[in-house]
Amino acid sequence: MSRPDTKTRQPISTGSDWTFELIEAYDREIGRIAAEFGLDTYPNQIEIITSEQMMDAYSSVGMPLNYNHWSFGKQFVETEQNYSRGRMGLAYEIVINSNPCIAYLMEENTITMQALVIAHACYGHNSFFKGNYLFRTWTDASSIIDYLLFAKNYIRQCEEKHGVEEVEKLLDSCHALMNYGVNRYKRPRPLTAEQERERQRSREEYIQRHLNDLWNTTIPRHDDPSADQQPHFPPEPEENILYFIEKNAPLLEPWQREVVRIVRRVAQYFYPQKQTQVMNEGWACFWHYTLLHQLFDEGLVTEGFMMEFLHSHSSVVYQPPFDSPYFSGINPYTLGYNMMQDIRRICEQPTDEDREWFPDIAGSDWQQTLDNAMRNYKDESFILQFLSPRLMRELKLFSIMDDSNRPTLRVDAIHNESGYRALRESLSAQYNLGNREPNIQVYNVNIRGDRSLTLRHYMHNGQPLDDSADEVLKHLHRLWGFDVYLESVTPDGETVKTRACPPRELQVETSA
Amino acid sequence: MSYIIDRRENAKKKSTVNRQRFLRRYKQHIKKAVEEAIHDRSIRDIDQGGQVTIPKRDISEPVFHHGEGGLRHKIFPGNKEFVEGDEFRRPESGGGGGAGEGKASNQGEGEDDFTFNISQEEFLDFMFEDLELPWMVRKQLKDATSFETRRAGFTSSGSPEKLHIVRSLRAAHARRIALTDKETRQQIRALRKELWALEGAPASDERNDKVEALREQIRALEKGSRKLPFLDDFDLRYTNMVRVPLPSSKAVMFCVMDVSGSMTQSIKDIAKRFFILLYLFLNRNYKQIEVVFVRHHTHAKEVDEQEFFYSRETGGTIVSSALALSADIIDARYPPADWNIYIAQASDGDNWDGDSATCSKILTERILPKTQYYAYVEITTGPHQNLWHEYEHVHEAFQEQFAMQQITDAGEIYPVFRRLFEKRTEGAHEPS
Repeated sequence: MSRPDTKTRQPISTGSDWTFELIEAYDREIGRIAAEFGLDTYPNQIEIITSEQMMDAYSSVGMPLNYNHWSFGKQFVETEQNYSRGRMGLAYEIVINSNPCIAYLMEENTITMQALVIAHACYGHNSFFKGNYLFRTWTDASSIIDYLLFAKNYIRQCEEKHGVEEVEKLLDSCHALMNYGVNRYKRPRPLTAEQERERQRSREEYIQRHLNDLWNTTIPRHDDPSADQQPHFPPEPEENILYFIEKNAPLLEPWQREVVRIVRRVAQYFYPQKQTQVMNEGWACFWHYTLLHQLFDEGLVTEGFMMEFLHSHSSVVYQPPFDSPYFSGINPYTLGYNMMQDIRRICEQPTDEDREWFPDIAGSDWQQTLDNAMRNYKDESFILQFLSPRLMRELKLFSIMDDSNRPTLRVDAIHNESGYRALRESLSAQYNLGNREPNIQVYNVNIRGDRSLTLRHYMHNGQPLDDSADEVLKHLHRLWGFDVYLESVTPDGETVKTRACPPRELQVETSA
Repeated sequence: MSYIIDRRENAKKKSTVNRQRFLRRYKQHIKKAVEEAIHDRSIRDIDQGGQVTIPKRDISEPVFHHGEGGLRHKIFPGNKEFVEGDEFRRPESGGGGGAGEGKASNQGEGEDDFTFNISQEEFLDFMFEDLELPWMVRKQLKDATSFETRRAGFTSSGSPEKLHIVRSLRAAHARRIALTDKETRQQIRALRKELWALEGAPASDERNDKVEALREQIRALEKGSRKLPFLDDFDLRYTNMVRVPLPSSKAVMFCVMDVSGSMTQSIKDIAKRFFILLYLFLNRNYKQIEVVFVRHHTHAKEVDEQEFFYSRETGGTIVSSALALSADIIDARYPPADWNIYIAQASDGDNWDGDSATCSKILTERILPKTQYYAYVEITTGPHQNLWHEYEHVHEAFQEQFAMQQITDAGEIYPVFRRLFEKRTEGAHEPS
């Protein structure tokens, strides 16, 4: 194809209806421009689906296949209800971090929307999945579909063998602890589905033997004086609660361990997405904007196309102010998109302020700088590194300090010279998963005694747990099989509150 | 390089299993909603599916998250007038989006109810769960009088037009093999082989002689078997046809209602709902249903649905007039051999004193022998009157076909309906 550099070229389409030929043509052009901008992507698999299928995909956490569980049914019923009432438009696209990268296009969309989705998902998200270090480390794009197929079949077999109800209870319990089924620091080894199947059998045997080792000295003796000095197990607190359950719960059957493992693996797969929402969406929005403008500059799309595109683009990246009835937190699309554009601006047209705040990147090559940011950061560090004073002014950010010991709320930083750093740090902390989710770890198992399991909640800024924790403990108790305790501990090591399942009468209540 | 795939024709309804599991899990809630719908909704839209509402806390999936309290900083956009150091009172709601602004929407523990729709099909399934049409099975097996002819293998006797040629010839062949001597057959076969070999050879006198000799030998050997008939009577096979009784899939439902002066509008309303339920119920079990509306005061009249439910007439009460009319209609239009006959009668229990005995006579002699089921509901809060007592005797005699129940208000319709039609495993039930 000859290099187009004049505006005299014919637009690819003028109407609003799409055809497969048109989608192909747009994909070819957008792909070409993306490559010119240096985007590195997995091959794309673009699938055209109906809105009904979109709802299906929506309600199985966006995966093309998943095991069966009532909670996905609930999600589906809710989605269906909202959609049919017109309360909610469906997402224009769903994109799956797999190789090839699967993107869904809804048949109801106009050709403009299809082109937007192709630019956004097939080149934006796709290159992010391939490039970002978290995705590279934690997920294996080539094996996820295989693994989900394995999981779905395995759970179906369990249902046949042990009954739907039994499996459902187990999954309920695992889902309650799903957020605590991830390794935050250890690198998992990617496995293909075949390896997974091969290993599954040997693992069953091994775990049972290993377990016996752990428990074979456990003859409960109430009068044993050494019971007080028994060693800690695990020796170090374990952050991955589901992993701990899978390996150590005394009463689980082998198939139950395998199911725990499946939930854990799925949780791990989604873990990077939770940590890069702002970046991922910002990156995709930035690129659909840039790519489609390039198409327009080359004369490949009409002005009508651009009007329609800009209309949906600006509604996606709109941030309602805090006092608007539509406000529901900071819009990750807005924040991410604006930060990406801002980085480009800092590179291309730096002001004195930018030179002072970002001496490294001011005036540098924007493509390299953005690429570097995309590859090596997550939301928390991305914001801490790249949020500029100018953008804070544009978004008119301010910080509220909410201390339950004080009767009033306090504005402790606004978008001014003295507030920039504090604002940036607070916003960054807001995206730190460690702050967002309570830090709860497996602390001890009473190996020689009643086999009770103790979790510790390491409190952050004195924030207590919500009462739903009691419900979660019930699930944990179901998995563990013996008594379960949860202690909330302040940084000085003081136990503020102990929850137990089954509930104990002698609760240690030394509320601060 | 991109692949574009059209998945629109792929399996839809991937979520059906999950949806069903969800419904199964919250069966109790849905049942309650269905029951409420039955007595709150207007009759005309009772079969429209329905909306089910479940309190959100009942279906929430618990996870660990932070509760209120402690120290936290939150960032908000769109500052207008605040400057550093401003203080103000905590808003009632607890101050905005929660701990994790970015994902707050998923975690919200709203007080809202979770509302969703179930289809008409599902609605009715829940409504009629565990119910079974009385005596339908019996009707299918015992009383069926229409037949269908179906093929059922082969027989050795039958009329000529049912003769099955292939089967007959096959039988003849088998017989001929069975009746000839095994050795002879082998000899013939050997000779034939020889003959074929010779026939292939170049022609000469010697060969011709040999061929002739072989032919002679074969003829001699075959002589015995030629005496066997090619086809014997014994070989004939006929297609066998059997008559299979067909259950009747037609039902007629008689709605009999008292419209005399003593029936108030609210009583009629309750009766209406009962009839609707019965109609929906039959609708699910029979392909074809006819409904006959018979209303009566001192004399009975067959009317259309509109008139039955909505026109007003007053007068005294002679129940037997309606029963006699129903019996006449059955005789004239609905032969019990073809129709499953159901009668539902609603009344407030009033009847002219001398009439009740007549009622019971018409019931036992003319109606009950022909009907599948007769349901009588008395809608009254007062004491039973003579009709009820008379019917109790009928119930004694026809325990399985004749059911009677009392309803006092609309909320009771469904329970009573269920009681009338509950699966009859524990035998006939007592009148309340």
